[in-house]
Amino acid sequence: MNHLSVPKTYKLFIGGAFPRSESGRVYRVHSARGIFLANAALASRKDARDAVVSARAAFAGWAGATGYNRGQILYRIAELLEGRRAQFVAEIQDATGVTTVEASAEVDEAINRWIWYAGWTDKYAQVAGNANPVAGPYFNISVPEPMGVVAIAAPQRSALLGLVSVIAPALVSGNTVVVVASEMHPLSAISFAEILATSDVPKGVVNILTGSLSEIAPWLAGHADVNALDLTGAGVIDWVDLEITAAQTLKRVLRPDSGTGSAVPALGRITALTETKTVWHSKSLS
Amino acid sequence: MTSTTALVAPSSDASAPVTGVNTAPRTAHERAREVIGGDPTDQTLRGFLHGLPGVDAVGLDARAAALGSRSLKTSSKAWALDRTITLIDLTTLEGADTPGRVRSLVAKARQPDPRNPTTPRVAAVCVYGDLVPVAVTALGALHGDPDEGCIAVAAVATAFPSGRASLSVKLADTRAAVAAGADEIDMVIDRGAFLAGRYGEVFDQIVAVKEACQRPDGSAAGLKVILETGELASYDSVRRASWLALLAGGDFIKTSTGKVSPAATLPVTVLMLEVVRDWYRVTAQRAGVKPAGGIRTSKDALKYLVAVAETVGEQWLQPHLFRFGASSLLNDVLLQRHKLATGHYSGPDYVTTD
Repeated sequence: MNHLSVPKTYKLFIGGAFPRSESGRVYRVHSARGIFLANAALASRKDARDAVVSARAAFAGWAGATGYNRGQILYRIAELLEGRRAQFVAEIQDATGVTTVEASAEVDEAINRWIWYAGWTDKYAQVAGNANPVAGPYFNISVPEPMGVVAIAAPQRSALLGLVSVIAPALVSGNTVVVVASEMHPLSAISFAEILATSDVPKGVVNILTGSLSEIAPWLAGHADVNALDLTGAGVIDWVDLEITAAQTLKRVLRPDSGTGSAVPALGRITALTETKTVWHSKSLS
Repeated sequence: MTSTTALVAPSSDASAPVTGVNTAPRTAHERAREVIGGDPTDQTLRGFLHGLPGVDAVGLDARAAALGSRSLKTSSKAWALDRTITLIDLTTLEGADTPGRVRSLVAKARQPDPRNPTTPRVAAVCVYGDLVPVAVTALGALHGDPDEGCIAVAAVATAFPSGRASLSVKLADTRAAVAAGADEIDMVIDRGAFLAGRYGEVFDQIVAVKEACQRPDGSAAGLKVILETGELASYDSVRRASWLALLAGGDFIKTSTGKVSPAATLPVTVLMLEVVRDWYRVTAQRAGVKPAGGIRTSKDALKYLVAVAETVGEQWLQPHLFRFGASSLLNDVLLQRHKLATGHYSGPDYVTTD
C-alpha cells in the first residue's frame, strides 16, 4: 500500500511556541541536489521583536537559576539530541549532501560540544572571576555575569553544528538568545527547537528565527533591548553596518569567524558574552 | 448589531426630539422618571432593565474581534499613540502605595518621557482617597482640567474594590476624597445588591454618592461608576448595570477595578459604548466610558480607540468622554513612540520603572 507522505511545516520557535511568521511568509528550502525539501517560515522584523520580548521575559529566571541547575538542563538537551540522532543525520544529509559518515560525525560533534559547554555552567565563574589583590582590610572580588539578551547569527554553511556551537556558549552564563538560523539549511534548527521545547529549558530562553539574515539582522542590531550581538555567521552579509548600528546602543559585538566559520568551542566564547561585576566586601564585621 | 431604537419607543417621555444640546440639569430621579416612566424603585427599574433587548453575545464578540483587527500605520498610528497618552488615568492602587510612590507617579504623569518634552501629558492620576492630598500637592499648578493641559486627580472611593461597606462609610469615604481635592471619584457599585436584583438600592447608592461629590462652592467632582464587569457574569447584566449607572447620574461608566479577572475586555467595552451611544440618543447627554485593568500594550489600546470611533464617534476620543485606567500601558506607548521616532525598537531600559 502506498503511503501518502505528509510534509512537515517548519515554523519559528518564539517564547516556547511554534508560531508562523507574523508576516505569513514562507520560503522554499532545497537539498544540496536542488530537490525541494520543505517550506520554512520567512521571519519578519516583528517576529524578531516578539522574540526579543520573549527572551527578555525569560532572562531573569534563566540567569537567576544556579549554574548547577543550568548545567543539568543543558545536559538533558544533549541526551535528547542523542535520542534523535538518526533524524538529524538524515536531515543533515538531505540539506548539505554529505555522506552518512560525515553527517554522523557532525551530530556527534554537536552533542560533544553541547556537553562540553554544559559542564562549564558551574565552573566558568571560577576561571573567569577572581579575588583581586588589594592594599587594605577588605576583599575585592570580580565575577562574570550574563549580559542579557544575545542576538546571534548562526553559521550559514552548517545545518546543526554551527547552530549548537553559537547557542550553547551564550546559554552557559545565563544569557537568553535570539538566533537567526542558517538561511540555506534552516530545517535542522527547527528540529532542534523541538528538542528544546520538550526539554526543561524555560520558554523564551532560546528563540529561533528562520529566514533572511540580511533582512532580520539590522533590526536585531538596532534593537535597544538586545545586549550583545554575535555575528559569527554574518560573514556572508554586510556585517560592518551591523556593527555600526549596534554601536548606537552600546552593544557588545562578536565579529564573524575569520576562518572556517565552525565556531570552535572555547571558554572565550562564554566569557565574551559576560559582563564583569566587581564588588568589595569588608574582611570582618567588627 | 443590536440596537435599542426599539426601547426608546415605549417610554413616551423619552420620545422628545434629541437635539444634541444638553438640556437643563435635572435630578437623577426626574431623569429616571422620564426614561423609565415611573419612580425608580426595584420594580420599575427591573421592568425597564429586563425590558432591554438581550445582547447577542456571539455577534458582540465578533464585532469586537473585527474592530480589533484594524491596522493603524504611520501618521495615524502616531496620532493614536499620542491620543492614547492623553486619555490615560495613570493609576496606582496598591495596598503598599506610599506618598513617595504617588509623587513618582505624578512626576511620570507630568512628563511621561523626560527624553522627549513634546510627549503629551496624561489625563489624570488615579489613587486611593487618602493619597489625594499627596497627588494634589505634587501636581501643584498643573492640577486641573485635562482639557486645559492640566492633570486631574481621580480617587477611588466607596470601599474600593469590594464595595462591601455601609452606605455611611461609602459616603464619608467619598466626601473625604472630594474635600481633599479629588476632581473625579471612581465608585464601585454594590455587585451583591445588583446580582440579587435590588436595583433600587444600587440606584439610590449611586445617587447618594453623586450628592457626596458636591463641593461647597456648588461645583462637583465627576463620578465614574465601576461596574466590575468581571463579576457580572453576562453581557446582559453588563448592559443593565450600564443603564442603571447612567440613570442614577454617573458621568462615566467604568469596566473594572483591576482587582478582578477578567478586567476590561474589548467586547464588554464595545457593549458599554453602545449603551452610552443609546443614552445620548435618549437624553442628549454625553457619558464617558473607562475601560480599566488588563490593557497593557499599545496594540490593545489602539483597538479600544477604534472601537470608540466606530461605536460612538471620534468626538468621544477626549478626556471627558473616554479614559484608560492603566499603569503599565503608558510605558508601552512610550516604547512605540521611540520606535516611530528612531526607527529601531526600544526597550524597557529606556523608560522609568514604576
